[in-house]
Amino acid sequence: MIINSRFFNRSELIGFVALALLLFVILPLSLDIFRLNLVAKYLTYAFVGIGLVLCWGYGGILSLGQGVFFGLGGYCMAMYLKLEASSVENTKIQSTPGIPDFMDWNQLTQLPFFWKPFHSFPITLIAIMLVPGIFAFIIGAAMFKRRVGGVYFAIITQAIAAIMTILIVGQQGYTGGINGITDLRTLHGWDIRTDHAKFILYFIEVVLLFACIIAAQFIRLTKLGRILVAMREQEDRVRFSGYSVANFKIFAFCAAAIFAAIGGAMFTLEVGFMSPSFVGIVPSIEMVIYTAVGGRMSIFGAVWGSLLVNFAKTSLSESFPQLWLFGLGALFIAVVLAFPNGLSGIWQDYVQPHIDRLLASRKSKPGNGFPVADGAPAE
Amino acid sequence: MLIGHQPKDFLLAVSGLTVSFDGFKAVNDLSFYVEDNEIRVIIGPNGAGKTTVLDLICGKTKATSGSIQFRGKELTKLRENEIVQAGVGRKFQTPSVFEDLTVFENLEISFPRGRTVFGSLTFQRDATVKQRVEEVAEMIFLKDRLDTYADQLSHGQKQWLEIGMLLIQDPDLLMLDEPVAGMSVSERAKTAELLNRIIKGRSVLVIEHDMKFVEDIAHKVTVLHQGQILSEGTMEHVKNDPKVIEVYLGH
Repeated sequence: MIINSRFFNRSELIGFVALALLLFVILPLSLDIFRLNLVAKYLTYAFVGIGLVLCWGYGGILSLGQGVFFGLGGYCMAMYLKLEASSVENTKIQSTPGIPDFMDWNQLTQLPFFWKPFHSFPITLIAIMLVPGIFAFIIGAAMFKRRVGGVYFAIITQAIAAIMTILIVGQQGYTGGINGITDLRTLHGWDIRTDHAKFILYFIEVVLLFACIIAAQFIRLTKLGRILVAMREQEDRVRFSGYSVANFKIFAFCAAAIFAAIGGAMFTLEVGFMSPSFVGIVPSIEMVIYTAVGGRMSIFGAVWGSLLVNFAKTSLSESFPQLWLFGLGALFIAVVLAFPNGLSGIWQDYVQPHIDRLLASRKSKPGNGFPVADGAPAE
Repeated sequence: MLIGHQPKDFLLAVSGLTVSFDGFKAVNDLSFYVEDNEIRVIIGPNGAGKTTVLDLICGKTKATSGSIQFRGKELTKLRENEIVQAGVGRKFQTPSVFEDLTVFENLEISFPRGRTVFGSLTFQRDATVKQRVEEVAEMIFLKDRLDTYADQLSHGQKQWLEIGMLLIQDPDLLMLDEPVAGMSVSERAKTAELLNRIIKGRSVLVIEHDMKFVEDIAHKVTVLHQGQILSEGTMEHVKNDPKVIEVYLGH
């Protein structure tokens, strides 16, 4: 891994190391496999969050339809797993053996053409990124070339999320309908339901997450990253500096879609099914809230936000199922009003100065042994 | 594409330009020509359509009819970023700089290289870029503020920064919309000095109300009134034109 002082500044490096320690060492050692699997599920939303940081935080493009891309990635993976679980031996009691069970229930007698490529694992892996990427490109080209932006764009993405859900639910024979694609068993012959597999999948996911963090950080540090910030503030000035604003917006939107899709594919593997309830308006907005709470300007903040809000969601929704959604709404409003840069903003404004002062005082007075200066920055 | 009747020595040829907003003709059958290395000032009362003319040339507003030829290229058919790449730079009336970026980064974005998505991903901040940014920063009196975020700058400094961003684009035609508006007296003098330096070797189209400033820099003045040309010529000629005195200078 290439980490030099230019790629991450000091506080980002601390954030990177702290997150790596937490996810690679502390959580796997301290949690049982059930809880670790929950963390893995929460982290799938962190992929979406990283995309939203680029697209919304930097580029100023608020998408309320990231669930669509999360879902597309998840469905691509689920289709592959479902086909593998629907071998002729496994489905010999069906009237048409060898096709997924829900197709048989819906009187389909052969596999639809768009399912066929998902027999192949490499094609599935490519499709997980390509299908949402192309879909985002089409939406982006249609909207941004026509200068649709801001609130209008957000509303349209929300409408797309609603349409997608209706489509999936309505086309039961092809998509598994409201139940989604369930009863997934093996990945390329490897049983994903065992505890051991869940443990391995957790680590695969964390590695992928760090790959995405590094990719996002790379984009952020190029001139493209600075153009995104510039565009958010003064779209016209960017245009009159010779850039095609639409193309940059399309890029940010596609990148966010691909990150979300990777998260969705991992979600299917971790949880063992995919359903339209992760595609629609509500999950899409929840994903935006995770990012807002973590801090929409911070890649690490998005990961923390996904973890913390989901922890809160799990523990609170068990005790107060009715109140939880109100709590989530209130949290969003509170964050937007009081802390527009979320947890990472609070960290930067209130915690970071103290750490800097501690480090500075240790440097300026070498060897006079203040015990406070030895304290590692609390995480 | 060369058009037969297009006179060759004009850098910019605007002919029959009309734009109407819901029937109101903000610019009405306007024709004028700008030569290489000419400094043209557009003056006129409020609502005369001065800013609209600049908007039309740089592509911000689409013309209803008429043509704008720049070096033989028809600008009315191009997108904004293509017009910039053809060599037209535009400064807005209110300073529009990127406040969340540093002075260096502001200038770097305007550097004419890596303007595509892929180009900006692979853009390298090499010696050429650094040298050019520093050069321009010195011209616009911001050399020691390269690492300052633009939101920390004063109004005048922001105006200079935006002029610098245009300078680094090195356009053949520079369009400035009230470059000294809202500046203090000392800033005004410095800006006039700056403009006098940067207008060398290019054509400039300026909108300005400050008559002293206009007299200092203009080669030729165009007076607009209700979307049409009221008078055109040297400052001397325009000043003594009774129509101009009536609608504009007399006030």
